[in-house]
Amino acid sequence: MRDSLLRVASLVRKEVLALMRDPRSRVILFVPPLLQSFLFGYAATFDLNHAPYAVYDEDRSAASADLLARMDGSGVFERVATIQQSSDIARLIDDRDALLVLRIGPDFERKLSAGQQADIQLIADGRNSNTAGTAVSYVTAIVSGFNADWRAAHDMPDPPVTTSVRAWYNGNLETSWNMIPGLIGTITLLQVLMLTALSVAREREDGTFDQLLVTPIRPSEIMLGKALPSTVIGLIQATIILLVAQLWFKIPFAGSFVTLYAGLIPFVIASVGIGLFVSSLVANMQQAMLFSFILLMPFILLSGLATPIANMPDVFQWMTLIDPLRYALDITRRVYLEGAGLGQLIGDIWPMLLIGAITLPIAAWMFRNRLT
Amino acid sequence: MTENPRPAIEGHGIGKLFKRSGGEIVTALDDVSLTVEHGGLAALVGPDGAGKTTLIRLMAGLLTADTGTLTVLGIDIAQDPQSVQDRIGYMPQKFGLYEDLSVQENLDLYADLHGVTVEERKRTYPQLMDMTALGPFAKRQAGRLSGGMKQKLGLACTLVRAPDLLLLDEPTVGVDPLSRRELWEIILHLVREQGLTVLISTSYLDEAERCARTVVMHDGKVLAKGPPDSITKIAAGRAFLASPPDGQPARQLQARLLDDPGVTDAVPQGGRVRLVKTSADADVPAAVELVAVEPRFEDGFMALLHKAADTGKSASMSLGQTAKRHNGETAVEVDNLVRKFGTFTAVDHVSFAVKTGEIFGLLGPNGAGKTTTFRMLCGLLPASDGTLRVAGVDLRKARASARQRVGYVAQKFSLYGQLSVIQNLEFFAGAYGLSGRRRKERIAWAMEQFELAELAKLPSGQLPGGYRQRLAMAAALLHEPEILFLDEPTSGADPLARREFWQRITSLAEEGVTAIVTTHFMEEAEYCDRVIILDAGQVLAQGTPAEIRAHAPESEDHEPTMEDAFIAVVEEARREHGRPGERSAA
Repeated sequence: MRDSLLRVASLVRKEVLALMRDPRSRVILFVPPLLQSFLFGYAATFDLNHAPYAVYDEDRSAASADLLARMDGSGVFERVATIQQSSDIARLIDDRDALLVLRIGPDFERKLSAGQQADIQLIADGRNSNTAGTAVSYVTAIVSGFNADWRAAHDMPDPPVTTSVRAWYNGNLETSWNMIPGLIGTITLLQVLMLTALSVAREREDGTFDQLLVTPIRPSEIMLGKALPSTVIGLIQATIILLVAQLWFKIPFAGSFVTLYAGLIPFVIASVGIGLFVSSLVANMQQAMLFSFILLMPFILLSGLATPIANMPDVFQWMTLIDPLRYALDITRRVYLEGAGLGQLIGDIWPMLLIGAITLPIAAWMFRNRLT
Repeated sequence: MTENPRPAIEGHGIGKLFKRSGGEIVTALDDVSLTVEHGGLAALVGPDGAGKTTLIRLMAGLLTADTGTLTVLGIDIAQDPQSVQDRIGYMPQKFGLYEDLSVQENLDLYADLHGVTVEERKRTYPQLMDMTALGPFAKRQAGRLSGGMKQKLGLACTLVRAPDLLLLDEPTVGVDPLSRRELWEIILHLVREQGLTVLISTSYLDEAERCARTVVMHDGKVLAKGPPDSITKIAAGRAFLASPPDGQPARQLQARLLDDPGVTDAVPQGGRVRLVKTSADADVPAAVELVAVEPRFEDGFMALLHKAADTGKSASMSLGQTAKRHNGETAVEVDNLVRKFGTFTAVDHVSFAVKTGEIFGLLGPNGAGKTTTFRMLCGLLPASDGTLRVAGVDLRKARASARQRVGYVAQKFSLYGQLSVIQNLEFFAGAYGLSGRRRKERIAWAMEQFELAELAKLPSGQLPGGYRQRLAMAAALLHEPEILFLDEPTSGADPLARREFWQRITSLAEEGVTAIVTTHFMEEAEYCDRVIILDAGQVLAQGTPAEIRAHAPESEDHEPTMEDAFIAVVEEARREHGRPGERSAA
């Protein structure tokens, strides 16, 4: 037992030295997580700003002017054209000059004054359904505000039912609140997978792996010697992203750091397990890179980072169950925004431990038994 | 071939400095002057780090000299490297073959790069294919050729556009004797039949002997220039043969002689020891009877080197205090060992046994199955069939602690390049479970025995070749193994490093360590107690060096050498089995 610990300690020391003595790998450990968190934090957003829209106002009344003023004053939309004929609509949308066109019929004010229902027409560019959907919901919000104010001003009764939407945990529904905590898991997975997938492959290529295998070191000890430092490095990288979220993007942290790390540790272990598993399969570093890229894409797509898992077909929903990132996203978002406690996260933690418990021993077995 | 009045290469006072990553300045070339005439074969000879490669790279216009002038084909290379490069062929040590392309595609690629016309190709291709005997392999991937065939293909690619001058940088390093002989036939053919001017760098001294002119280099300086005879003459009257006492291997006498102040150089040869005395009348231990012999190039070269450098340092060593000898037991036993890769049989029913304290040699050309056998013995690869026992167990199936009794030095340097010398030693000490005082003692032992102390803090990847070899051996000996496996330890090493290596192995064997060594330097079989010759995965001959030498055909002009015997044995086996001349490396 003492001998075994001694050997693992030697391996860990060797891994850390090899990483830290090489200036390039020192940079690779810390700069990409920083860059990526800024990149994702700013570039990946669904929030609309200055969306171009056009107006075809056939009524030209005080009421229609009031509605348009609300549109222009929203900060979300920017009017790029005011057109005079319906044939211009198609051109504006086709050329992507406007994301949507708001058409107000000729008897808009008259109908409103008469207490009748007055329709407005909204033509949106559906080629990007996400953006169009968001834009339409903004317009709907503006129109219902207009409705309520009009009724109040003209002594009309309130509409029978009104919905008042309140988003919890992210009051203004800002994408970055959702995205950046998600990055803690995503970028950590990316980095850890690369680091560990390359580690054994590099040793195989350099011949140092053979040299390890002829010593009394056991495969399980090699596995531990690789997994321990990688886990620590993964946690350090996760911390860097957490710091960016806290100090730069200033996203309020609702939960406890202890809970967050209690969730992150099993996640990093699962990621290390998958990385070492890949590394034990491949023959060289080129294959290791290729394999990790092939795995990363589905891991990220199936994680629910960009699109909700509930929207996926059943088969793909099942596949998400072996994706550690799925659980990590759930944990980081819930701890971050909702302040979830450890008890609520058990369902996310044990599947990741299971992934680690399966991949790590297989990797260790493959170290010696992979045919070369 | 041209009536150029100026020599093919002319250099005066060339100097070149390099900066190591640590900022340390290394003098690669120091006031080098040389001329190479048109037509004929010239050799740059010297140990590793002598500056041979740097000089050739300067001639090819890939580097510029710090001082001095260098003209190649009458053109100042510093002024106009392109017009020189248009007319020369340059083959670096590791030629840039595209391993995924076939032989033919590689040739086409280089022809395209040099703008060789279709008509010219029609003329040169059959010639090249015929000369290199690569014709039957035109469709094979370059990566699947043996080392010797790769070098021949590299040479063919260099020759696609008929250069005026051919620069070859150590073309035969790591190539087995058969392929080496074939390569030399090609080179000699080019010189004799086509009148090509060839400059070749080499650390094989028998190769230098075949050139018209030699330039001996050491430490960035030119030690001597002239025809090989003029170098050989330096050892005139100083070359002798000495016979060891009955029943004692020649290597023990050789190791003793190397340590003698009156001896410049000693190597085992044909069961005796060839030595060069420091001077014709120097005293050598009286117990040894000396027979004067004609000197050869190597004798003169070693005498020259000895004078220039501090090469007299003894590499005798001791494993440590607990070394014990228990000769006679069987250390390694291999019975009908088979290893198949798909349909290819890399090792085909190989059987041999090695006794404790023996030096046992596995000899064979590239791809003979030496490394595959080694990997199975060390437990790195499962055997397809047969049994093997190392220190009584099969290392693949035995408990991990059984590996404590074995040391392994791979063919390629395989320690951690980013880690310093001392960090590597510390790591392997830990890997072998050494701790506390014992660990300190063993690391201190390694630093002292292998003279690594000065370089302790240098990343091992930046060590000069000879020191890497020492470090690899030190790491494999930290735990005082009973059995040491060394895969091609002297491949690519110069004569000095090889003598040093064998002196260490000899001292280890004295202490009862069993050493199993693969090599394709046939003369190194002389250091072994017993050897087997492998080709195409099969054992062709087995026995003591004297028994193997008996296979060599009678020769009028010299005593049969190990290399003659090896070539005879391999060629006979290939005739019998009708095997192709070359196979892909396993």
